Amino acid sequence: MVPNPFTDISRSVRRRDQRQSPRRYQWFFLRRDPRLMQRLLIAAVLAWLAFLIAFPLIGIITHTFADGWRPFVDALIEPEAMHAFIITLLVTGVAVMINVVFGIIIGLVIARHQFPGKILVEELVSLPLAVSPVVAGFMFILLFGRNGWLGSWFEAGGVRIIYALPGMIIATIFVTLPFVSKEVIPVLLEIGTEMEDAARTLGASPWQVFRYITFPSIRWGLAYGITLTTARALGEFGAVLVVSGNIIGRTQTATLHIHESYTNLHFQGAFSASLVLAVISFTMLLVMEFFRRRIEKSREN
Amino acid sequence: MGIDVRHLVKRFRSSCQKTEGFLAVDDVSFSVQPGQMVALLGPSGSGKSTVLRIIAGLESPDSGHVIMQNHDVTWTPPQNRHIGFVFQHYALFKNMTVWKNIAFGLEVNRWEPEIVAAQVERFLALVQLKGYENRYPCQLSGGQRQRVALARALAPRPAFLLLDEPFGALDTKVRRNLAVQLRELHDEVKTTSVFVTHDQEEAFELADEIVVINRGRVEQAGTARDVYDRPASKFVASFIGNVNMVEGVNDGHTLWIGPLRRAVVPARALENRGELVLLVRPESIEVCSSPCSDTLDVMIRTVAYRGDRYEMMLDLDGLELRMIVDRQRGASRTWQTGATLHVRFSRFAVFEASEGHEALRDKLRSLGYIE
Amino acid sequence: MNPYPPSSSPRGPGFPSGLFAGKTLAGKKGERVMRWTALTYIGLLVVLPILAISGETVKSGFRTILADLSRPEALASLKLTFLLAFTMILITSCMGTLTAWVMVRYPFRGKAVVNALIDLPFAIPTVVTGLMLVVLYGPASAIGSFMNRNGVEVIYAKPGIVLALLYVTFPFVVRAVQPVLMEMNMEMEEAAACLGAGKWTIFKRIVFPSLLPSILTGAAQAFSKALGEFGSVVIVAGNIPMKTQIAPVYIYGEIESYNPSGALAVSLVLLAGSMIVLLLLNVARRVGTRYGA
Repeated sequence: MVPNPFTDISRSVRRRDQRQSPRRYQWFFLRRDPRLMQRLLIAAVLAWLAFLIAFPLIGIITHTFADGWRPFVDALIEPEAMHAFIITLLVTGVAVMINVVFGIIIGLVIARHQFPGKILVEELVSLPLAVSPVVAGFMFILLFGRNGWLGSWFEAGGVRIIYALPGMIIATIFVTLPFVSKEVIPVLLEIGTEMEDAARTLGASPWQVFRYITFPSIRWGLAYGITLTTARALGEFGAVLVVSGNIIGRTQTATLHIHESYTNLHFQGAFSASLVLAVISFTMLLVMEFFRRRIEKSREN
Repeated sequence: MGIDVRHLVKRFRSSCQKTEGFLAVDDVSFSVQPGQMVALLGPSGSGKSTVLRIIAGLESPDSGHVIMQNHDVTWTPPQNRHIGFVFQHYALFKNMTVWKNIAFGLEVNRWEPEIVAAQVERFLALVQLKGYENRYPCQLSGGQRQRVALARALAPRPAFLLLDEPFGALDTKVRRNLAVQLRELHDEVKTTSVFVTHDQEEAFELADEIVVINRGRVEQAGTARDVYDRPASKFVASFIGNVNMVEGVNDGHTLWIGPLRRAVVPARALENRGELVLLVRPESIEVCSSPCSDTLDVMIRTVAYRGDRYEMMLDLDGLELRMIVDRQRGASRTWQTGATLHVRFSRFAVFEASEGHEALRDKLRSLGYIE
Repeated sequence: MNPYPPSSSPRGPGFPSGLFAGKTLAGKKGERVMRWTALTYIGLLVVLPILAISGETVKSGFRTILADLSRPEALASLKLTFLLAFTMILITSCMGTLTAWVMVRYPFRGKAVVNALIDLPFAIPTVVTGLMLVVLYGPASAIGSFMNRNGVEVIYAKPGIVLALLYVTFPFVVRAVQPVLMEMNMEMEEAAACLGAGKWTIFKRIVFPSLLPSILTGAAQAFSKALGEFGSVVIVAGNIPMKTQIAPVYIYGEIESYNPSGALAVSLVLLAGSMIVLLLLNVARRVGTRYGA
């Protein structure tokens, strides 16, 4: 026989307030009433975002154009600046292309194949995210530097890697390695293998399966990954600074040019180049947002 | 100790400002006597859950009042209403064990730790979950989660227990079991309970009183017998139980029934005149041995033996009627498909045919109330 | 009816067959080629550099590294890096969670703009970030000079470094918490309210514990990023040794002055810090999945 739980505990244990009025109706998950707490929190977040992110952006825009358009344009058509942007485009272009091809392959291998040590491979792919760019650059100096493991070997063959373009490209590839495969893998896992199996049973070759089945379903995720890679490659500074030697007119990228101009107190140059990069990044952001919407839409279908 | 709900109105505004919004609750009033268990019964989307949430204080009405224990609590937050609420999907605290879940309501009300422990133990025993104290909700089955939710709601000794589709997410067998347990628990702890359901069997089995809600309005409030035998509207008659709908015309003396308007002289004179709809329960069709002034001749289309009863489909000039004859009476004679029967409607409800019979039937069919 | 019923996978359901995983010889070969391509690529780009730094460690020996590490500048830079990263984490966890809460729970105008702003730090180059902060908070600006007059130095001092770290890591916590909050059912909070819990109790005992795993995830990512942050800090911090020089800047200085062993010692500590944080992150994820149901 189960005892009645309500008979042996005195009523005085309860402690609840009965006096209530409509004014105290400030109940935080009822949305329709205007409430103080909610407004305060919104204001706090907006202020935080403004001082941390929005105002600095506005600040640099007003500073760049403090004396009108001319200094801005002049600073950009300086030969060093032009050259720096060309180098940046070159490094970014090569790094993105290589990483897209290998990113897709890595994605397919991780999402579709079973082999021992797969978890280790997954961890290794995301490792560059955890390594400081300066340390990354340092690792490549240890590897390819004049006294490095492979450096002396390359040197003997007449190929310079450190303090030259190849090193900068390798460093950029390293820091942007995870982005494509990280975006592709979840999509691949989600679509599953049924469609690919179906195509194969109909006689499609592996390449045809990829071309007509796999690629169309991962393309938006891939596009998102490419955008991320590009944005990161354009803005990479630490790793490239370490491996490039920062030789003006030869191995200077746009970010290095900004840093150089800033340390030499050539502020107009630094601001102008920064603004160009900021505008590019902002465009990238909008493109990313667009791709993300597409991914979500295709997921719904 | 009862609950009084007076003229509740609630309109949900959609995100686009242009539209009027959706009138979920439209002037709902009813009262719950202390210690009773009341069911809010209605089809899905009828606003019954919203009414319950307003009683709990989780929604605020646009107008109207909720009165509990002679206090107007319309604007009291849920914390201060002395309620236990059981959610349809249980809403157990995922980050707490079963023990912690049940103790939560006691701890936040600053009960003494020893009393908390004693109370939790009692309720674990009451819902037969001893031994599951240290499990997390994700390690329990649906029925067990339901029982934890029940124990959690009841442990702080609420004056009122509110349940939102308490068995909606469970399969039939567990559901019947738990329904009986709930009623026993309710009687044992003597709270006042209101529960929302779309399942009339659940309502009939558990509730002392049933409030039938449709499209945000109370169609009828009463005991199971009231709503079944004396439905206040066509909706109630057709929503609750099976019902045959027969249209007819009353000229004051004779009732002209069915597609071919056969003449019947009812035993009692009908108040309504003109175009009518008769709602007849399958078990209210009575078989007579010989034709007389208040019987109709119908043909047997199909006969099905259901163990405790015979279910027959009759043909009245092309209109299908369902008839139920109980086992004993059914066994006393043979039922042959195609044979003619003389039947009489022993009891029926009459409504004026405001809209055409077929139109009404179509609508009810599309809503799934009749076959 | 369908004259051609679908053929089921020969390996049965659930077994990952998929692209290039066929039973034919050609399929197997293709699969092997692809796997080895991927593994070689990862090996060359990720494993080889790690091996290089490990080999260098072995070569220079434990004693040298300890000696390099115990130089006051090295120790100070490491201490500063970890201290400022911790400070940043405390702030970004609070503000990030709050931002996610406001974004998910409260309606307000301009939400789309705010949503875009949150992602901006991921897109903008870190050097540009540093420059923007100098422009707004530097001694030459209105805010900076006002603060200087009141004795608060922001740029070329520790607050500036924290500000830069906050900027570059801002999206982590927000983006980790936001989806969890969106999925979290309001019913749990309502149930707590019906049981008599006040707002603060609900937050403390229901909402916060549910969010904690995702907050930890975001914070761990932010911490790992902050340990290695270079571009924005090198501009914002004055890089004065012993005072405002953080570890990555110290490493860079050592490389520039051709002292790889000094760079190696500090690099190892940073790498270890990041690895440990990654490990903790995995633990946090496991805690997060325990409640999942």
